[in-house]
Amino acid sequence: MRDLREIAKELARYDGEPLTFMEVCGTHTASISKNGIADMLSPKIRLVSGPGCPVCVTVSSYIDRLVALSMRENTCVVTFGDMLRVRGSEKSLREASAEGANVRMVYSPVEVIKLAEDDPRTEYVFAAVGFETTAPVYAILVEEMIARSISNIKLLTALKTMPAVIDRICSEPNAISGFIAPGHVSVITGSGAFEPLSDKYGLPFVVAGFEGEELLAAVYALVRLKGRAGVYNFYPRAVSREGNLKAQEKVARYFEPCDAAWRGMGVIPMSGIRLRPEYAAFDAGSGGLLSDAAIGNGCSCHEVIAGRISPVECPLYGSPDDPQGACMVSSEGSCFNYFENKRGRA
Amino acid sequence: MKITLAHGSGGMATAELIDKVFAERFSNPALDMTEDCAVVDGSKKIAVTTDSFVVTPLEYKGGDIGRLCICGTVNDLLMRGAFPKYITCGFIIEEGMDTEQLERIASSAADTAKEAGVAIIAGDTKVIEGKGGLYINTAGVGFVPENVNISAALCRPGDAVVLSGNLGDHHAAILSHRMGIENDIESDNAPLVGMVSAMLDAGLDIHAMRDVTRGGLGTVLNELASASNCGFEIYEDSIPVSSGTASFAAILGLDTMHMGNEGRLVAVLPKEQAERACSIMRGCKYGENAAIIGTACEKSGVSTRIGGRRNVSALMGEGLPRIC
Repeated sequence: MRDLREIAKELARYDGEPLTFMEVCGTHTASISKNGIADMLSPKIRLVSGPGCPVCVTVSSYIDRLVALSMRENTCVVTFGDMLRVRGSEKSLREASAEGANVRMVYSPVEVIKLAEDDPRTEYVFAAVGFETTAPVYAILVEEMIARSISNIKLLTALKTMPAVIDRICSEPNAISGFIAPGHVSVITGSGAFEPLSDKYGLPFVVAGFEGEELLAAVYALVRLKGRAGVYNFYPRAVSREGNLKAQEKVARYFEPCDAAWRGMGVIPMSGIRLRPEYAAFDAGSGGLLSDAAIGNGCSCHEVIAGRISPVECPLYGSPDDPQGACMVSSEGSCFNYFENKRGRA
Repeated sequence: MKITLAHGSGGMATAELIDKVFAERFSNPALDMTEDCAVVDGSKKIAVTTDSFVVTPLEYKGGDIGRLCICGTVNDLLMRGAFPKYITCGFIIEEGMDTEQLERIASSAADTAKEAGVAIIAGDTKVIEGKGGLYINTAGVGFVPENVNISAALCRPGDAVVLSGNLGDHHAAILSHRMGIENDIESDNAPLVGMVSAMLDAGLDIHAMRDVTRGGLGTVLNELASASNCGFEIYEDSIPVSSGTASFAAILGLDTMHMGNEGRLVAVLPKEQAERACSIMRGCKYGENAAIIGTACEKSGVSTRIGGRRNVSALMGEGLPRIC
C-alpha cells in the first residue's frame, strides 16, 4: 500500500476523464463528510451519496401509518431517533407526540422487550426500518418474543435490501463509474453479494471500512480501476466473501423477500423483506404501505439519491431546521451533510 | 423507604424528609436558620445563573445527578470569571423513589459543593406522581472580581483556543449506562473552580470561556463564533479524546465534536499565553489532558486528521446513534 500522503496528492492532482463514484452507506456518507474527503479530491472526481440511509428511503405512507398507530388507545410506537423527525403526508411522529401520541425513542430494538414486559396492557409497535445490517437484530427480537411468549410487541416493517436498489440505479441513466460498497451491509451479506451487479453492469465495487484512510484508499482504488469491473474487499477484517452466514440464516427463518417502496424512487421488485406468513401475528399491518407523497410535490430525493443531481439542485433544498425531504432529516442523509458542511462556522 | 406524595404535602412528612435527607448534609449558617429565604453578604458585581438537571440514569459511572447539579451551575458562573459563592437546590421527586438513593445523591451534592467552595443556602422539595425519578433545579450566585471581563463576544482573530481535557466522556458514560454497554468510561463531571482560579491568579488575559456541555465542542465553538464574529480553525489531530470514548463513538456513529462533557472548558486567549494556559490547566485537577486545539481567525474550518477540511456546525437534533 502506498503512503497516505502520496495517495492524497495523486487524488488532488488527478486530471484524467471525469469520474463519479457512489457510496451507498449512510455511515460512509457521514465519514466522508467528517474527514473532509471531498475537499481532498480533484474537481474531476465526484462523490455522490446513494440511498444508504434507512430513514431517508422511507415513504410517507409508512410514516402516516406509524403516526396513526401512535394516536391509538393503549398503543406505543417505539422507534429510533431519526425517524421522529421525518414527515409523513401530514405530520411527523415528533409532531404527533407533541399532540399527545405515545411515542418512545430507543437505542436498540431489544429495549422494547423490557418496555413490553413492564407494561403488558400496552401494545408496543416497533418501527422496524433498516437494511441487511439491522435485519438480524429484528430476527433476534422476534426470537426473544417467541421464547418469552410476549404478545404485546408488533413490528411495522420497512426493511430493505441493498443489491436490488443498486441494480435499479445502474439500470437508469447515470454517470457512475464505480461504487464504494456499503461496509456494514457487507459484513452481513458478504462482498459476494455485489458480484452479480459488477458483472451485469461492468462496474467496480470496493468494500470499504469507515476510517478516513480506508475511504481515501477506496476512492484511490476506484480511480485506478477507471470503471473496470470487479469486487474488491478493502475491509477484510470485518467482511468475508460469503458474509455472516448465521445472521443470514436467522433473518431467513423469520423474514422473506418482498417488493418495497423507496422514497422518491417508487416500488422496486424484491428489494425488501417482510415477516414470513407464519409470523404474521407479529406484524402491525406493514403490507401495502407503498404510496409516497414525495412523488409529485417537487421533491427530488430520488434524483439526489440516484446521484443524478447535487442536493442544491433540488427545488425543495432548504435547511435541516425545516426539512422537506428525508435526505435532510437524517444525520446520514446527503442533503443534511451537504448543508452542514456549508453552514458550520468552526 | 419509598418517597410518597405525603412527603411533598408541606406537613410533618415533608419536615421529616428534609430533616433526614437534606438538613445535616447541606448545613451552613444561612440554611440552618430555616427562614423563608437566605440573607447573605454580597459583592459589587455578581453573576447569576440557573439550570435544571433531568439526567437518566440518576447515578452513573463517575457521578450522579447530585454532583452534576452543582458542577453544571458552578461551571457556568466560572465561565464569566465569577467565583461561585451560593447555590440553591430545588428537588422535584417522583413518588416511589428510594430514600437511600436520595440520601446518596444529597451526599454527593453536598460533597461537590464543598469541593467547589459554594454554600447551598436555600432549597425546596416537591413530590409529584411518577416512577421514582428525580429532577433538580439550581440557581447559582458568584462574585466577579473588579478587573475581570470574560465574554463570548470578546474572541479576537489570532487568539488561541485551549481545551481542558478529553471530549465526550460524560456523554459516553451516560449512553453506555442507558444502552447496557459495559466499559470503563467514567463521566468527567467536575467543578472547575481550581482550574479557573489558577488561570486568573496567573494573570492570563482570558477573552472568552465556555464549558463544553450539551451539544459538545462543535456547538460551543459555533456559539463563540456567532457571539464574536470570529471563525475558528481547529486541528482535529490535537483534540484530546480517550481511546475508550473514541471507539465507543465510532461504534455508535457519534461525532465526539458533538458529545457533551460536564467538566471541560475551552478558553480563548492571546496566542502568546496559550502554552502557559495549557500548562496551568495540566497542573490542575481535571486538566491533565489539556491541549491547544486551534486559533480564532477570519475563515473557519476543521483540518481533519487525514489532511482534509470540513466545517462543523452546532448540534442538530439529539445526536443519536446511527441505525444502519
